[in-house]
Amino acid sequence: MEQNFVYKLFGDGIIMYSLFVIIPLTFLLIYALIAILGELKIASWVQDRLGPMRTGWKGVLQPLAEVLKLMQKEDIVPDAANKPLFNLAPYVMFTGAFAAFAAIPFTMNFVPAHLNIGLFYIFAVGAFAVIGIVMGGWASNNKYSLLGAMRGVSQMVSYEIPIALAILSIAALAGSLDLQEIINQQSGGFWNWNILGGNGSLWKVLVIPFTLALFIIHFVGGLAETNRIPFDIPEGESEIVAGYHTEYSGMKFAMFFFAEYANMFTVSALITICFLGGWQSPFGDFLNQPLMQAVWFIGKSCFLVFVQIWLRWTLPRLRVDQLMYVSWKVMTPIAFFCFIAISVWSMLR
Amino acid sequence: MTEKRIIDVDYGKVETERMRINMGPQHPSTHGVLRLEVELDGEIVTEVVPHIGYLHRCFEKSCEKMSYPQVIPYIDRMDYISSMNNELPFVMGMEKLLGINIPERIDMIRVALCELNRIANHQIAVATFGLDCGAFTPFLYLFRDREMILNLFEAVSGGRLLYNYFWIGGLMNDVPPSFKENCLDIIKTVRVTNEEVMRLLIGNKIFEERTANVGILPADVAVNFGVSGPVLRGSGVDYDIRRSEPYSMYDKLDFDVIIGKGEIGTLGDCFDRNIVRMREMEESCKIIEQIISVFPDESSDVRALVPRRVKPPKGEIYSKAENPKGELGFYIVSDGSVNPYRMRSRATSFVNLSVLPEISKGYMIADLIMILGSLDIVLGEIDR
Repeated sequence: MEQNFVYKLFGDGIIMYSLFVIIPLTFLLIYALIAILGELKIASWVQDRLGPMRTGWKGVLQPLAEVLKLMQKEDIVPDAANKPLFNLAPYVMFTGAFAAFAAIPFTMNFVPAHLNIGLFYIFAVGAFAVIGIVMGGWASNNKYSLLGAMRGVSQMVSYEIPIALAILSIAALAGSLDLQEIINQQSGGFWNWNILGGNGSLWKVLVIPFTLALFIIHFVGGLAETNRIPFDIPEGESEIVAGYHTEYSGMKFAMFFFAEYANMFTVSALITICFLGGWQSPFGDFLNQPLMQAVWFIGKSCFLVFVQIWLRWTLPRLRVDQLMYVSWKVMTPIAFFCFIAISVWSMLR
Repeated sequence: MTEKRIIDVDYGKVETERMRINMGPQHPSTHGVLRLEVELDGEIVTEVVPHIGYLHRCFEKSCEKMSYPQVIPYIDRMDYISSMNNELPFVMGMEKLLGINIPERIDMIRVALCELNRIANHQIAVATFGLDCGAFTPFLYLFRDREMILNLFEAVSGGRLLYNYFWIGGLMNDVPPSFKENCLDIIKTVRVTNEEVMRLLIGNKIFEERTANVGILPADVAVNFGVSGPVLRGSGVDYDIRRSEPYSMYDKLDFDVIIGKGEIGTLGDCFDRNIVRMREMEESCKIIEQIISVFPDESSDVRALVPRRVKPPKGEIYSKAENPKGELGFYIVSDGSVNPYRMRSRATSFVNLSVLPEISKGYMIADLIMILGSLDIVLGEIDR
């Protein structure tokens, strides 16, 4: 708490707590607008076309136009829907995505809540999205939504296990669940990041294959958590129309959309913290001031978001049973093996 | 809506509630206004009932009130993404009835345009098949190239989708002077993009997993249902009307009939049907190249043999050709007047769709979409 620059500036009080909410929320809103534009522009870049070009210079105002469009749309609630649940679902989904920001350290000096179980907390609130999906899918009283919700739940619950094992390995490697502690241990340049075995003697080359594998497992699991192609099975627009948000329109649909983008960032941020050194500069102490740390952190996370978008426009979609196969028969055993290997390493070193 | 039944599954007797859902007519991937009534056991399809007729335009009955040349624009609107191919069997049948012999140059133009249209059709088929399994990018690559073919068709006939270009006894217009270069340009681009799509989509592990061993159509079932075209050839049956009963100038051309081999999965699965289409594009390129190499430069009067008044003698004829989707045939009965007495079309997609309930049972709902996509149907032709 004492390290937080907000605390230093305003002291302990209502202003501090408001700022702890407002700063991440503002960041998230700006990020979401940029990410939507990025999605459109990266898609058009991959697909050899121009993308939006008419709203503002080279179409940079397109996300704002889309938000305005969604606000103006009629908010339709189906007659046979379970109205309280139906209305609540998008907000539950967004809450899950936003709650994670409470513990995400943007720099050495800014983390809204410095929890000693930060890693566990982010992972736990990340699972909130499942509730939003099943609420929305069930309450819509639509068969496509129901199918989407069922797929969503089974997918997210399955993929949490390999991710949990990856996170557990990081906890074993760092000996802590405190995010700032995990990041601090990765100081001193990119060769000390957890993706390359963490901070340690030369013998750490022995664990590099395992940490690399866990990084990939965590990233692939993250794709499944955020329902992006190749794992966008709960939405699978060619099969079940739009999955759990088939019946949503207007701002409620926008909330689902917003939550998806927020989730993309949360997952990327968690991977950045666990494997890519969080806010640490890749060159040791060079450019490692608190402000630059925020740039590094957001830069690394946004790069992972970019990779997610890139994959989305490249790959086809998996089928439900193949998705389960990948999770239970490929990723979970490998993650478990890596977990054991890393535990042994951290015990012996 | 839902009914409770005892069904046999692997893990003993379990009471499950089946769900009936309506797919379409407004569904993103039923390829038009097809309605599928699907019964699901969880994710698994237990029954599919296709309902058709949302695009019914009384083609066959309307023809009886039209003169023969007036029928051609309506034929365009049947399979609207391969209109050139649609016109060919009708025009050939009428020429046979009237006893007109077509000069070779017109035949060359007809076959070249038909093969270009075959490429365009297969591009859409492969593109939407990729779209069905979530790959959006190959779709746009293939549509970008299809634009070139449509531009040529526009230069030739004035229409981009519905051409009315093949006339009874000739063509509407001669081809533009740049026809040869345009064709060669198109072939070059198609080959480059096909190579790219093969790497990006067909060779993708996820795509292989999604299509191999899905929707297996054994050869005997395929023949029993009367399916034709790439769907039949995907099951390993070596049957192509261009080869077995050559019409127009196909007997003078050298090309292979592509059949499925079951490379990745089982013979006759979705992968085979799709790969047959990919490879047929290359065969079409070869055919066009052969035609271009002997195509005469000097223009001729393509309307010289077009009769002023089409009044065939009394008689009847069944004329068929290999459409990109399969065998398209027209049964024309003439009573000696200017209107057909009866027109009947053997619509390819209609026959090919009939096999869907047979081959999609027991697969997942996502596979059902893939199977439907691999059959490559066009609702304009099914409903007519």
